[in-house]
Amino acid sequence: MSDTSFVRTEMLPEKDPPATSVGAIGWARANLFDGWFNSVLTILSLAFIWYVLAGVIPWVFQSVWNATSLTECREIMSETWGSTHGHACWGVINDRWLQLLYGFYPPYPVTPDVNAGDGTGMLPAYFRPNLAFVLLLVAISPVLFTNLPRKLLIVSAAYPFLMPWLMWGGSIWGPVMVAAGFGIGFLAYRIVNPLAGSLTAIIAAIFVPIIWWLTLAGPVAGVLEGIVSISIPEVESRRFGGFMLSILIGVVAIGCSLPIGIFLALGRQSDLLIVKSLCVGFIEFIRGVPLITLLFVASVLLNIFLPPGTEFDIILRVLIMVTLFAAAYMAEVIRGGLAALPKGQYEGADSLGLNYWQAQRLIIMPQALKISIPGIVSTFIGVFKDTTLVSIIGLLDPLGLSNAIRADAAWNGIYWELFAFIAVLFFVFCFSMSRYSMYLERKLHTGH
Amino acid sequence: MSELMSDREIDRSKMKVSDEVAIEITNMNKWYGTFHVLRDINLTVNQGERIVIAGPSGSGKSTLIRCINRLEEHQEGSIVVDGTELTSDLKNIDKIRSEVGMCFQHFNLFPHLTILENCTLAPIWVRKTPRKEAEETAMHFLEKVKIPDQALKYPGQLSGGQQQRVAIARSLCMRPRIMLFDEPTSALDPEMIKEVLDTMIELAEEGMTMLCVTHEMGFARQVANRVIFMDQGQIVEQNEPEEFFNNPKSDRTKLFLSQILGH
Repeated sequence: MSDTSFVRTEMLPEKDPPATSVGAIGWARANLFDGWFNSVLTILSLAFIWYVLAGVIPWVFQSVWNATSLTECREIMSETWGSTHGHACWGVINDRWLQLLYGFYPPYPVTPDVNAGDGTGMLPAYFRPNLAFVLLLVAISPVLFTNLPRKLLIVSAAYPFLMPWLMWGGSIWGPVMVAAGFGIGFLAYRIVNPLAGSLTAIIAAIFVPIIWWLTLAGPVAGVLEGIVSISIPEVESRRFGGFMLSILIGVVAIGCSLPIGIFLALGRQSDLLIVKSLCVGFIEFIRGVPLITLLFVASVLLNIFLPPGTEFDIILRVLIMVTLFAAAYMAEVIRGGLAALPKGQYEGADSLGLNYWQAQRLIIMPQALKISIPGIVSTFIGVFKDTTLVSIIGLLDPLGLSNAIRADAAWNGIYWELFAFIAVLFFVFCFSMSRYSMYLERKLHTGH
Repeated sequence: MSELMSDREIDRSKMKVSDEVAIEITNMNKWYGTFHVLRDINLTVNQGERIVIAGPSGSGKSTLIRCINRLEEHQEGSIVVDGTELTSDLKNIDKIRSEVGMCFQHFNLFPHLTILENCTLAPIWVRKTPRKEAEETAMHFLEKVKIPDQALKYPGQLSGGQQQRVAIARSLCMRPRIMLFDEPTSALDPEMIKEVLDTMIELAEEGMTMLCVTHEMGFARQVANRVIFMDQGQIVEQNEPEEFFNNPKSDRTKLFLSQILGH
């Protein structure tokens, strides 16, 4: 018999792994103290973390909350700790947090006499922006989490029209007429499609609503307001500010840039020469220009080009510019996802007889968007943080407000506390987006 | 090759060729840029025929069957499928595609949908079948390809052979009159090739019109009623399988057969 021959006569039983490779000890050995070099690195890192925390934690927690000016803060610090160094003065946040959140938005945007006196019909302070924010959460939840009741999507559909009404006030008929424009566009598509083909129908579906909004929508809203008057007090755009403004711009830009970006990405891949050139031109132009230039165009130049006397709300202009900016980036992110799809997916869809839009909606986009989730969310986060740039054209976002607060003699010279507060609020939003994207990626994972 | 032949008796009773023409290709030419990939193709396929297209790689076999449902566009000549000519009219193309099933080398299942959803998608959206009915049909065909228990899994969780059988079931759910196979077994392990070929044989036994690009010569012998040999974008030889394999006429065919059957 040769040495290479071997026959096992009984199978080996299962054994527990050695104690040093499992549990807390095993984990620490594998991750922290794996060899002398890694052990040294671990100890150095721990020392560094200790050093940073030893500075930051006393600053955050041994701090002054009740003060109405920086001078008062410093007096309290000297009395309590004997020095003004190394202690935060959160008094400024305590004093001005409403302003940082809402800007100069009136807490009661009703004529003062209504709220005065016996208090009948009085709503809580900042009722309208708060309600808009709560409704925002309700409106996006069915989009974010598919296991919620689908009926909530009605709120999502109504929200784009409800939100401006709540924030700016005025007659309900304005937003209703804007919403009607979409219905009219849909009708135009349904009527033209059988008569003149789908391309003409799409063009009609775009231009008929635009004509409606530019010409008839205003007068019709006026007439309806005359018949049934439903309106709430108006709030001017210049009073908007703080986080409310950041969230407003961020949410609109995020919500609109995704669909626009999808169409731009599809247009860029289109066989139709004119559609393709328009999309490429738009994307390359917007991506080739800094956002600040676009914002300056929005704030200064548009006034020169528009006919004199045209009232074109500054926030609306900024919204449009930020949205277009985000959409151009979004288009490229989604194009990346489309490029990553194997050609076989298009052929599979084609071979079953699905038409272009069905294939895009059911086969291509779900996969392309899934691939692009990290890029899309990065763009979202970037856009949300870029909203602070509007402080440069004079809108009072949190950063703009921090300057305004420092301009007050009481808080002149305070930086860290304001920036820390703003940073924490931004971090909460950006971090939630990032966590959500990871949840979504896990949920949509269908491989092994 | 012969070891992959089915071990069971093949029932040829229903495998009848009718006089009805399913596909008519006349003087068809196609170019990729300036490269003349298909040259003067003439081919008539009757309802119920099982045609195997063989040939070396790059000979245009895949391109030919992909022209039949317009995944590739031809530049000259005409292709008539089930009485409808393939032109650039999108409505005609979608109609033909919904009546011609196709299976690909790499299956092209939709990885974000379950097996069942893969099978019901086209019936629901193209044929406007009610969901319940589409699901019943899908389960019927999944049973036929012997994987009904995988219906709620995703394609990524199945083996290659199972995926290809799902792809066949997905095509069948559209109740096609013609099935095209583009090297359906080329990406599979030998064990899995057999399960896919068995499914295709069953399909042939039921009288399905089939055009199949494949290197499985055993399958060609057993099932095909005609073998077409292509080289350099042209049909070089076509004949009944018996004649084709035992008595090839052209030198090119002889060389090809000696290479693929020689070992």
